[in-house]
Amino acid sequence: MSQHSIAANSNVAPVQRSMQRSRRWALLWSYFFLVLFAIFFLMPPIYMLITSLKDSGEVSAVTNPWWVNRPTFDNYLALFRSSDYLTFFRNSCVIAVIVVVVTMLISIPAAFSLSRMKFWGSTTLATGVFLTYLVPDTLLFIPLFKIFAFINQTTGIELINHWWALIIIYPTLTVPFATWILIAYFASIPKELDEAALIDGAGYFQMLTKIFIPVAIPGIIAAMIFAFTVAWSQFLYPLAFTTSADQLVLPVGIVTTLIKGDVYNWGQIMAGALLGAAPPLVIYAFLMDYYIAGLTAGATKG
Amino acid sequence: MENDMTSLQVSAARRPITMKVFLRRKSTVAFLLALPLIVLVTTLVIYPALFSMYLATLNKSMERFVGLDNFTFLFKRETFWMVVKQSCIFAVTAVVFKAAIGFMLAHFVHTIPAKGQRKWRGMLLIPWVIPPAMSTLGWFWLFDPTYSALNWIFVRIGMDPVNWLGDPFWARFSVILVNVWYGAPFFLIMYLAALKSVPEQLFEAASIDGANWWQKIWYITLPMMRNIISITVLFSLIVTFSNFDIVRILTAGGPVDQTHVFATWAFNLGIQGNDIPLGASVSLFMLPILGIAAIFILRGVNKRGNEA
Repeated sequence: MSQHSIAANSNVAPVQRSMQRSRRWALLWSYFFLVLFAIFFLMPPIYMLITSLKDSGEVSAVTNPWWVNRPTFDNYLALFRSSDYLTFFRNSCVIAVIVVVVTMLISIPAAFSLSRMKFWGSTTLATGVFLTYLVPDTLLFIPLFKIFAFINQTTGIELINHWWALIIIYPTLTVPFATWILIAYFASIPKELDEAALIDGAGYFQMLTKIFIPVAIPGIIAAMIFAFTVAWSQFLYPLAFTTSADQLVLPVGIVTTLIKGDVYNWGQIMAGALLGAAPPLVIYAFLMDYYIAGLTAGATKG
Repeated sequence: MENDMTSLQVSAARRPITMKVFLRRKSTVAFLLALPLIVLVTTLVIYPALFSMYLATLNKSMERFVGLDNFTFLFKRETFWMVVKQSCIFAVTAVVFKAAIGFMLAHFVHTIPAKGQRKWRGMLLIPWVIPPAMSTLGWFWLFDPTYSALNWIFVRIGMDPVNWLGDPFWARFSVILVNVWYGAPFFLIMYLAALKSVPEQLFEAASIDGANWWQKIWYITLPMMRNIISITVLFSLIVTFSNFDIVRILTAGGPVDQTHVFATWAFNLGIQGNDIPLGASVSLFMLPILGIAAIFILRGVNKRGNEA
């Protein structure tokens, strides 16, 4: 060992110098490309912000589109006064919050059971859960549409064109992945903890509420963020299943009602889209580490 | 440890029967806890997926069984083959670029000093955080035929303005561009996480042996990241193949159906055109890629199971 380090020391200076030089170049190129891609990545949201601060006269003027000459908040104020937009926002919020709660109520017990309490077929089920996560919404919306119509015929319950019907189908998008994240988190909790709890006379319910949920809080937050973002940005189901203005959620509402015919009120559309993007962005800004943990958990642990 | 032992003895002595009953009931409890998940998945995912196959064998008014007539009808239509081609071009091109850009950016972020990495990572993930329906509206406005802010720049630097969404080639280019913009950050995060787990000593050793950056990528990074690359590419292929939001908002399939992918065409036929069986038949073409992915993932799960 000592011989090796002596031998290496004799020619360490030139190697180090050339490494330093190549490192400086690597840094330079890295920053160059990072700036380039940051411009590309941030261009649309920034342009949306610029447009949202213009009045309709300036939007259609032939001046530099990347600059605001007369900044105004009128577009935002108009949206806050528009009952349609507030309805979309309320629908989106209620749906997203309920979906998060439902997802957790289904995922936490299921992940607990699949990661700790084996039963017949539980391993197959865990893999199956992951596979259902891969079944895209674009495959399911047509049969679901028909199933909803069938339910209406037989029971008289109308599910088409009601915003709350979305609460029933959104969990299909959130539960499989949330369960998958939580299985990985629960599996990483040392077995000694639940053995100790069992010995001390805790039931499974106590084990779940007193040990697993507190210890896996980071995983649960990550799963909740995931469920919220999915429920908030889902576009296909509400587009297919809801039509009247008071039943729409934000993404569909902005696309279908703010864009009326050829009279595009772009300042207002961009303001609406930015406000619609705000909740996920705010969550991301404050809980970035959890957000990223949830994102990477799916692939690194699965 | 000693404490554990004594408490074990005490509790075992105190209630041996409850413990036994407990263990016997364990699998029942486990099943009950997983029951909501099982019910949800079977009624709202598996059943609709199978129902979709049944729907595809009915006629337009859904009164008569027509076997494979919907499919033979599709095979005879030129639009169908155009959609197949466009779906494949769209998915493959977008995934290749997303993976390549994500890989490059992960490297660049990994190269810069650690204290700046968080800031850059946070900034570069923003396209992924904005709901795609919202950001696509922004792109739609950037591509606007009369007020395109991109064309404004192009004209300034002496290039011809581009008819982004009106010309078939550029419309296809645009939907792929937006998809790459939205998806590349996801790859960046995945690959950055994977890069962090590659031991730094490997790179140092390679540098001392005189390896250049390309050799380091080819002989160290790529082999170390093989698993994560294949998984992300597979996921992304499925998601991109079944993409709906971007194409729907940007072009709605136009000009003249040139940018339709399976999902948007199925929506047009099934929901807007009121031909549910035909729409279902079209959407079923997303199944093969799903099947291939399932096989790969199941193989991966088994392999990991054996390793553990």
